[in-house]
Amino acid sequence: MRTRFTGIVAVLLGSIVVLAGCGSSASSTAGSKTIVIATHDSWAMSKSVMAAFTKQTGITVKIEQHGDAGELTNKLVLTKGNPIADGVFGIDNTFATRAVDAGILADYTPWSEPASVSRFNLAQGSSQLTPIDYGDVCVNVDNTWFAKKKLSPPKTFEDLTAPAYKGLTVTPAATTSSTGLAFLAGTIGRFGNGWKAYWTKLTANGLKIDPGWTEAYEGDFTAGGGQGTYPIVVSYSSSPPYTVPKAGGAPTTSALLDTCFRQVEYAGVLKGASNPGGVEKFIDFMQGRQFQAALPENMYVYPVDTTVALPPDWARWAPVSPHPYAVSAADITANRNAWLRDWRDLTSR
Amino acid sequence: MRRNLGVATLAAIPLAVIGVFFLYPVGGMVARGFWPDGSLDVHGVLEVLGRSRVHRVLWFTVWTAGTATLLAVGAGLPVAFVLHRLRFGGSAAVRTLMVLPFVLPTVVVGVAFGQLLRPTGPLGGLGLEGTPAAIIAGLVFFNIGVVVRTVGAFWEGIDRRTEEAAATLGASPFRVFRTVTLPALVPAVVSSASVVFLFCATSFGVVLTLGGLRYSNIETEIYLLTTQELDLQAAAALSILQLVMITVLLVLSHRTRRTPAIAQAVRRARRPGFRDTGLLLWTAVVTAFLLVPLVTLALASLRDGGRWSLSNYRALQTTGTDNALLVTATSGLLRSLEIAIQAASFALVLGSVVAWLVSRRPAAGWRRRLSAGFDGVFMLPLGVSAVTLGFGFLITLDHPPVDLRTSSLLIPIAQAMVALPLVVRTVAPVLSAVDPRLREAAASLGAGPVRVLLAVDLPHAWRGLLAATGFAFAVSLGEFGATSFLARDDSPTLPVVIFQLLSHPGPANFGMAMAASVVLAAATGTVMLLVDRLRVGSVGAF
Repeated sequence: MRTRFTGIVAVLLGSIVVLAGCGSSASSTAGSKTIVIATHDSWAMSKSVMAAFTKQTGITVKIEQHGDAGELTNKLVLTKGNPIADGVFGIDNTFATRAVDAGILADYTPWSEPASVSRFNLAQGSSQLTPIDYGDVCVNVDNTWFAKKKLSPPKTFEDLTAPAYKGLTVTPAATTSSTGLAFLAGTIGRFGNGWKAYWTKLTANGLKIDPGWTEAYEGDFTAGGGQGTYPIVVSYSSSPPYTVPKAGGAPTTSALLDTCFRQVEYAGVLKGASNPGGVEKFIDFMQGRQFQAALPENMYVYPVDTTVALPPDWARWAPVSPHPYAVSAADITANRNAWLRDWRDLTSR
Repeated sequence: MRRNLGVATLAAIPLAVIGVFFLYPVGGMVARGFWPDGSLDVHGVLEVLGRSRVHRVLWFTVWTAGTATLLAVGAGLPVAFVLHRLRFGGSAAVRTLMVLPFVLPTVVVGVAFGQLLRPTGPLGGLGLEGTPAAIIAGLVFFNIGVVVRTVGAFWEGIDRRTEEAAATLGASPFRVFRTVTLPALVPAVVSSASVVFLFCATSFGVVLTLGGLRYSNIETEIYLLTTQELDLQAAAALSILQLVMITVLLVLSHRTRRTPAIAQAVRRARRPGFRDTGLLLWTAVVTAFLLVPLVTLALASLRDGGRWSLSNYRALQTTGTDNALLVTATSGLLRSLEIAIQAASFALVLGSVVAWLVSRRPAAGWRRRLSAGFDGVFMLPLGVSAVTLGFGFLITLDHPPVDLRTSSLLIPIAQAMVALPLVVRTVAPVLSAVDPRLREAAASLGAGPVRVLLAVDLPHAWRGLLAATGFAFAVSLGEFGATSFLARDDSPTLPVVIFQLLSHPGPANFGMAMAASVVLAAATGTVMLLVDRLRVGSVGAF
């Protein structure tokens, strides 16, 4: 009997020791040679590019991911004054004004910016947020599916409400996905106050709404990973190159360039950062040619320095929209909650 | 007197832990809603409660969670009997299968269910896609294991002689069940039902993924209000609603919980006979219900560009196509295991102390109410939004002595908070079932309190403790909600890795996510099997 009880006690004690042991592994390094960058879940960058920054400056970058752009911005707003990081990357034009209005960012503008950057600058707050990349949220169609059905694919927002395309479209929700919000913003840019009438028709035409881009593209889109049943999906102008067949040739999907909304992503220094100088160097680096050139294949976005060459697949199959629909960042911040409430009421049954 | 002091000291430890790591962060978040600009604004919060949208959300939460709980208990009870009172080949494997859904990340299950329910899918004919029925099916899928395991562990310990006596006196098997077994099971059933209800009422991924965004429960609403709209007043109002709901539930479940039957020597499970056919068939149906989405997942992990292949599994040693990950998927698995060991140990130690204290059952009066209140505090993490907790950590634990925002202990602690109620709920009924006369006998024979604990309580609670350990470990392995709202450093857990893979385009990343999900399920399954093995080996020794 005794040995068994001793064993039980040993297990309990052992677990306490394990716990106590892990306490010592907790570490927070905030020396001048390290910077912490808060970013969203879509961050991806190759190790060699990040190593190049460390080699140039001696600074190590610690990346911490905080959900989507909205969650990221809100966390930074809530921790104002005692920030969770030194700098931020990934606040986009739909959340920029909230961050600027909340006063969480310090002024910084790179000393020498690529010439093409100016057209991505914010109307208000350009002294705090530096443009790094942009992307177009556009409706994508599965050409293989339409060819098989002998149906011509849609081209415009209005086409999506046509009876021929009933029950074929899937989109991420505007309330839970920044892609979905960009699509909603695109329709507001296109229809102005008439956007509610448009969405009423769109919903009535069998629109499927998913919580995130993943569920929509990988789950429900016919050309995504999950062999879905919807041949029309809200995604990016940069999505088609990923549907180039293994054997080569043209992608099996294309983006409808008349249905696009432009998202611009910004970086900034947080007020109260322990190492603002390091973040400034990193922002300069992000606008540099090496980082800009690596953006497409790591984060599926276009560099703001338009003189940087795109990957061959992108240059060929992923053109950006020549005339994306626009809504000003200030307008979005002022109306977002009202739009989203209206949108929720329109789309829920 | 000295005994009271000892109990109070022991109670102070878990209270302090839950105070710092749960009540303080959640309170901080709610306070932001009540004091939006530094001055108290109760009116603004009350105004939110009058919105018709809030009423709809509340009603949807209550009826879906209620229905799912009834279904999970109804479907789970027969299975608990078959898996814990009968002995047949493969029962250990089925027991393990029951818990697997519980630890899978909801986004993965969402994709698997989605493939089944979409119009052209195998179950498309049911027309369930995007309906409340799909949400409820998902909730039952996730929670049936909780019922089977909690009730099953208790059922094993019930004295069979009363049942046998009733049968000998001529009662039909159904009558025996209704008049003897069921009343004895009530504590465990009520326990598991309240846990399942709270899980359902705070479920997040299932409602978002399977409901097609057309439905909102309190949890998804808090998520939207906090992470997207930054409407902290409304979020605080809903958090208060959650607290009220869990309090009402705890009071109700406390009222119905009667003095449990007294455990006696456990006998070996018997072989199934002809009269068990119906129950066995039902178990097969439930097993199939759980297996289908899991098999869908496993098949998807073996597909690569229209061919069968193991390439998705080989890819787990990489960072995915186009650097979708910061680390390899395999290092994510190791990180998950490491965190799970920490979180499970923490939850087990803390939960055992709490369970032991609440199972003391003072006779009556203020001490009994105090004990019930104490018990209730540790159930709170079940009913409160992970978003509120996660954001609360960020805004409250941000200055010395507890600046934990960047600590590697933060995630294990948060997960232990989530697992704690399960540990308490699994261990407490088993300890309550210990005949107090045994303790009294031991004490009168001269055994000190520690000796009584080791000689009386531990041998009885051994099985419950193991079940609880397995549960806590499994919860930690699959935990995504609270983990994802905390800062994620460069060593993410496997569920986070899966989520990141799914958020990057390309069929290769999708396949890799499916493979990682299968690995996660397999890792959890192995742990649960080991726990089962250990227990079987020690049954005869009691």
